[in-house]
Amino acid sequence: MTPKESAAAPWSRRATWIVRGLGIAAAVSLAATIWLGLWVTPPDQVQHNLVRLVYIHPPIAWVALYLAFGVAAASSVLWLWPRTRSRFWDRLAVSAVEVGIVFTALTLVTGSIWGRPTWGLWWTWDARLTSTALLLVLLLGYMAVRRVPADPDSRARRSAVVALVAAVDVPIVHFSVDWWHTLHQGATVLNANLSPTIHGSMAWTLLLGFVAFTLLFAWMLAIRYRVEVLSELLDDSELDVALHERWAEGTAPVTEPDGALAGSGRHP
Amino acid sequence: MAPAVLLTTAVCVTGRFPALAGVDLAVAQGEVVVLEGPNGAGKTSVLRVCAGLLPLTGGDGTVLGCDLRRHAPALRRRVGMLGHAAALYDDLTVVENLRFAVRAAGASASNIDAVLERLDLGGRVRRTAVGRLSAGQRRRVALAVLVARRPELWLLDEPHAGLDAGARAVLGEIVAEVVADGATVLLASHEPEESWPLADRVVSLVGGRVVEVRDVGPAARTAVVPDTLRSVPGSVHVA
Amino acid sequence: MWRDSVLVAGKDLRIELRSRVVMHQVVPVAVLVLVLFAFALGPDRAPMAHAAPGLFWVAVLFASVLAVQRSFALEAPDGARDGLRLSGLDPAGVFLGKTAAVALQMVVLEVVLTAGVVVLYGSHIRSYGAIVVAGLAGTAGLAAAGTLYGALAAGLRVRETLLPFLFLPVAAPVLLAGTRAWQAALGIDSGGAGDPWTSLLVVFAVVYLALGVVIFGPLQEAS
Repeated sequence: MTPKESAAAPWSRRATWIVRGLGIAAAVSLAATIWLGLWVTPPDQVQHNLVRLVYIHPPIAWVALYLAFGVAAASSVLWLWPRTRSRFWDRLAVSAVEVGIVFTALTLVTGSIWGRPTWGLWWTWDARLTSTALLLVLLLGYMAVRRVPADPDSRARRSAVVALVAAVDVPIVHFSVDWWHTLHQGATVLNANLSPTIHGSMAWTLLLGFVAFTLLFAWMLAIRYRVEVLSELLDDSELDVALHERWAEGTAPVTEPDGALAGSGRHP
Repeated sequence: MAPAVLLTTAVCVTGRFPALAGVDLAVAQGEVVVLEGPNGAGKTSVLRVCAGLLPLTGGDGTVLGCDLRRHAPALRRRVGMLGHAAALYDDLTVVENLRFAVRAAGASASNIDAVLERLDLGGRVRRTAVGRLSAGQRRRVALAVLVARRPELWLLDEPHAGLDAGARAVLGEIVAEVVADGATVLLASHEPEESWPLADRVVSLVGGRVVEVRDVGPAARTAVVPDTLRSVPGSVHVA
Repeated sequence: MWRDSVLVAGKDLRIELRSRVVMHQVVPVAVLVLVLFAFALGPDRAPMAHAAPGLFWVAVLFASVLAVQRSFALEAPDGARDGLRLSGLDPAGVFLGKTAAVALQMVVLEVVLTAGVVVLYGSHIRSYGAIVVAGLAGTAGLAAAGTLYGALAAGLRVRETLLPFLFLPVAAPVLLAGTRAWQAALGIDSGGAGDPWTSLLVVFAVVYLALGVVIFGPLQEAS
């Protein structure tokens, strides 16, 4: 596939338009959230302008934990289940994890920024931050396994297992860390301690924030998925080249290749 | 009768390298087929694919009636492979290795002693840790594992390598016996076909594909069948 | 499946009896970790005794990484991994067998470490029952999760660094719960009973044993 041909992308035109639509919707809702959050809504009595972080931190956290991680875990299960196995799920899983890493890191950063003026520290070992940090490490572990060179099937298998083990671990981590020590109260995204009363315009803005970041996640997921598809196409074309070279072995005069794969040349 | 092994345009890619680039191979039950070819041609890969160890990237494969893409694990007990590596536990003795392998395959452990005796591994050797044996002895232990398990399909990768003349003769006898019992043998070898008097066909592989298939038929075989086997009725050839 | 797991566990333990790697290398390393903690926290015994539960479980965690690596190193030489795959053993049985062997070795290790903690840090055990139950549950969970990840990393060249990176975050809840359970049993920081934590350890163990049984088969198909 020459570069020119592949500009006619390997996905339908309808898909291109859907993704473009997602991107526009995400951009618009994000802009609206920022405008509302920074200028229109009132500052909080206790936290003053710091409360404006409530429009982005909980939504980002929700996307990271439930959306990204949930999609990655569900895709992994669907890949492992023989009846539903398809490369689509594997690509979706890796896309969800990579985007999830971005969102998880952002959760930590925004959480840390929010906490600093309130608690005076850049980092505290409270339940939310701790489990999020662990989630980040689990996601990074997935990417580490992904980078190990292997054929697509084996790589997908290993990644799916990592995702599943992590998926099973996350609720356990949540429970245990929650029991342990909390400065965030409760396990709900809407954080009672840091956002005392959400009313009126604040509530709408918060809702808009959730919508905006969900759209952003969906858009990034689609883009990343495309990258994966293109990368596979590249691998396939490289494989074609390799296959042709392999076939050429058959027609050329038989000179034994060095250190080749099959057969160790153990002569009795 | 359904073929024991049927590979259609089998492609197998390991990492970035296409070990098999479209192999067509059919082995009937009870046949003895020899794979030959230069180093790197893909002989070991064909064997590993048939064992279910290497997944197929393209094409189809059926071994003993099981689709390789879907039911590879079901094959494990019915297929035995003698690879380059001995696949033994160095810290366990010969007997312990055999017992483990045989029990794992769900076979009976009663014939272990007989097999060991036959391969000259009886006496003190049986109680020696495998790690302390010579390379030739280790190879014979690996072979013993295979013989004790009695699989339906035998996959042998350069079986003569590492075996002395006596062991090779025993191997030849064993192959003849199991084929008479209905087993199928697929082996890879560098040696000329005279070393394999029992072979039905020789398949040549180059560059991950089959380039030639030679029928080495009954004529060549009856000339070389050892005396011990002449009395075996209706031996080995299956259409 | 059960028959196969007994077979595999027996094989692994027999090899350990012959080679004594865990006894002579892993256990001393774990005890050494306890000693090193003393260098870091001492020389007063008070902070050590206070931190003893956590230090114990940290040492156990690191030792479990080594034990799991050893469990899969048994198959590393000379194609034994292929042999195990070709053997016809039920993968779930292989998983349970290896997990059981690792768990058994870990239990022995923990007995030694417990003695070490009592002797080196001066801890007083108030409830032996709680210690035993928490220890068993935690060990089972660590062995199960470790064996699962160990199998994943087994054939890879980067396995030595990959296994800890994958396994330790997953094992973090065990560290947390085990430490709290031990704190209750040792009477430190009497902030709550140890029972809920022990239940968490049991849940962890059950979950990972179940997951391993289901997933070990598909995992082994990765070449």
